Amino acid sequence: MSMRLTTDQIERYSRQIMVPDLGGKGQIRLRQARVLVVGAGGLGSPAALYLAAAGIGTLGIIDPDRVELSNLQRQILHATTDIGRPKVDSAKTKLGALNPDVQIDVYPARLEDHNASEIIAGYDFVIDGSDNFPTKFLVNDTAVKLGIAFNHAGIVRLQGQTMTVIPGKSACYRCLFKEPPPPEEILSCQQAGILGAVAGTIGSIQATEAIKYLTGFEEGLLTDRLLTYDAKTMKFHSVDVKKDPGCSACGKPATTAQKLATGASGD
Amino acid sequence: MAVKVRIPTPLRKFTQGADEVSAQGNNVKAIVEDLEKHFPGIKERICDETGKVRRFVNVYVNGDDIRFQQNLETSLKEGDSISIVPAIAGGY
Repeated sequence: MSMRLTTDQIERYSRQIMVPDLGGKGQIRLRQARVLVVGAGGLGSPAALYLAAAGIGTLGIIDPDRVELSNLQRQILHATTDIGRPKVDSAKTKLGALNPDVQIDVYPARLEDHNASEIIAGYDFVIDGSDNFPTKFLVNDTAVKLGIAFNHAGIVRLQGQTMTVIPGKSACYRCLFKEPPPPEEILSCQQAGILGAVAGTIGSIQATEAIKYLTGFEEGLLTDRLLTYDAKTMKFHSVDVKKDPGCSACGKPATTAQKLATGASGD
Repeated sequence: MAVKVRIPTPLRKFTQGADEVSAQGNNVKAIVEDLEKHFPGIKERICDETGKVRRFVNVYVNGDDIRFQQNLETSLKEGDSISIVPAIAGGY
């Protein structure tokens, strides 16, 4: 891919090239970058739209579902005329119309144990916009194993949370939460509801984190902390997340001697 | 002594919708017990049957994870702020 920006590209991206932290160099980096968006839903829609608009070189979209009427209140990649279409097809049409510069690769599939490594390995950054704990832990464990940075997010009702993980450097999602809650404890968007604009806020943060990571300003990333957003009180808070040396995803495997010394039982 | 406890969305059904409540206690364990006294049912959403904080819930005192302090025995001082942060799955 050409290292130089065309006149049209300079015009298209002029307002972000003007941002001193980004500049022309940042724009070229974005053009060379590959980002995978897991889920073309409430989080994936705004994240993918902003990433495509910003001129990411290649955007991968993975989602097994078709567009439903009840999706449209928040999944802004899709329109009423898309009902019944695979979400990845609808996403490809919208993103392609927004910015033909972007290569869109689609996977009409669920991210699962058997395909996760193969799909994620081709990308520089992953946006987790999935709607369930098994996928969130799978994204974490696979990205950590492959050494690929990603942003995690979850949303429900009027609340969201998000953190960025740089494997080898920062705490991972499993350092924060050891395991998924049992199914009866889980409030999903389907059961609990979600305000579309809340998904938009968190999805936009996910896109921002990807752009910051890819253009090299890593200092202010959302690493080693979890940002929580409560739209009801309109408050953002962040709590520190420490890397857990015994983490089953990113920790060093303890030696038998260490286990004996600490009395650890694999917790 | 009194501390402020930030209640996450999934637990607000116990607190009549309040996003922040006041609780009394010298350590986190006492706070959880005080919460249970005023908002019955909330304790088992935070702690498992052995009394430990559930693995998909984190508790923070002034932004610091109690797992890296003295867990439920982490002592508190007047005006401390406690956050309960459960994992959230939604995305679609």
